[in-house]
Amino acid sequence: MSQNNLCKRIIPCLDVANGRTVKGVNFQGLRDMGDPIELAKAYENQGADEIVFLDITASHEKRSTMLLWVERVARNLSIPFTVGGGVNTIDDVQALLQAGADKVSVNTQAVKNPELITDIKTKFGSQCCVVAIDAKRNSKGIALVLIKGGRENTGMVAFDWAKKCVELGAGEILLTSWDKDGTQSGFDLELVKEFASNLPVPVIASGGAKNSESFVDVFKEANADAALAATIFHDGSHTVGAIKNILNQEGVQVRIC
Amino acid sequence: MSKITIIDYGMGNVFSVARAFEHCGAETLLTDKPNEILSASHLVLPGVGAFADGMKELNKRSLPAVIKEFVSSNKPFIGICLGMQMLFDNTEEFGIHEGLGIIQGCVIAIPSKKIDGNLRKVPHIGWNKVVVDSNFQGKEPIFNSLDDSFYSYFVHSFTAIPSNPKNLLANCDYQGFSVTAAVKQNNVYGCQFHPEKSGETGLSIIRNFIALNS
Repeated sequence: MSQNNLCKRIIPCLDVANGRTVKGVNFQGLRDMGDPIELAKAYENQGADEIVFLDITASHEKRSTMLLWVERVARNLSIPFTVGGGVNTIDDVQALLQAGADKVSVNTQAVKNPELITDIKTKFGSQCCVVAIDAKRNSKGIALVLIKGGRENTGMVAFDWAKKCVELGAGEILLTSWDKDGTQSGFDLELVKEFASNLPVPVIASGGAKNSESFVDVFKEANADAALAATIFHDGSHTVGAIKNILNQEGVQVRIC
Repeated sequence: MSKITIIDYGMGNVFSVARAFEHCGAETLLTDKPNEILSASHLVLPGVGAFADGMKELNKRSLPAVIKEFVSSNKPFIGICLGMQMLFDNTEEFGIHEGLGIIQGCVIAIPSKKIDGNLRKVPHIGWNKVVVDSNFQGKEPIFNSLDDSFYSYFVHSFTAIPSNPKNLLANCDYQGFSVTAAVKQNNVYGCQFHPEKSGETGLSIIRNFIALNS
């Protein structure tokens, strides 16, 4: 392998609704388990390289509550963070970046209106434009793009869509395997490898993280640039630091804090 | 309390930079007014986005001459990311564009092919190991309390190439390509990485900058 000092990144993902984290968080030493800022700060202290927040609020007040917590996060974190979930317009993007988000992730809306990607690139630069792709294999094993939180299958081939996103201006691809998500059976290595080895931008692998071995595999075998996980961090069974120590022992370049 | 003046010219991440300085105990002033910039004790030029857009915004506010005047006063100055790149003479980003010309050199695209012909991913995103140039190791105040190499967060597609190697304060290796991580010329600093997003390491650099000249 050629010399490479660029670290592989570990990214905890937090779902937020009405300004509170959701999903079973079982975490020692937090005053308020539901506070996204406290939880994110705890991950920063564990050695997380970035944080991804997905706002899953369904109410009309979403935008105003979202900007409030994003600004609090920005005030308290000293590592980069991405915000996604219902980013629909260039004005949404601008508001989130102004509130202090480093990147935004777009998903359904990018499929419906691919120009949004180009608009973000032109106005704010591709470095802040993450396109999230939810991929599910069909009966022939071909990964297709899902939108609307998995409720609609577009029939588009996920890899083709990813290439298009890069052409339009995506700076990173967040690839979630819906076959693996929630299964804790390891990342979809074949899928991640196809994306990470052939796309000219960084690929964040998501879906299926089980233990430190999953991360070793996704970096060593599938060539991912970063890996995202939620449950195994939130349930307290693994810390970012412990996983990084094992990656380091396995010869994967990571930032040890 | 130290007061840090940050040039607010409509090019992103100004608030994150301000928050990081505040977190380190400084008071901050966001401004694009020439008199406030000239009377600053410490000046920061942040920025994310395209070089040409950044220069356009500075020119629109007649700030290039103001920044050059501040710099000649010998008070501490730091340009971050795009703010560092604009210190140089010019760039090849989307056509040739002139910069501030404070440090000699140019800004070029990170090559998207490695020497072996394989793909090098651009943007260069993530934590990379910054190595302090041997001329500055152990004696550069802005790196006080840090080792001669440390991890910092990068996100960029272009890199500055100083004409005079003496201006190279630190670099980092990105798959065989040397990225200029930090530059220095007298009181003028520039860093390509984001100290405001580089955890404790970055906060140390910010504290060290605040402590300059005090």
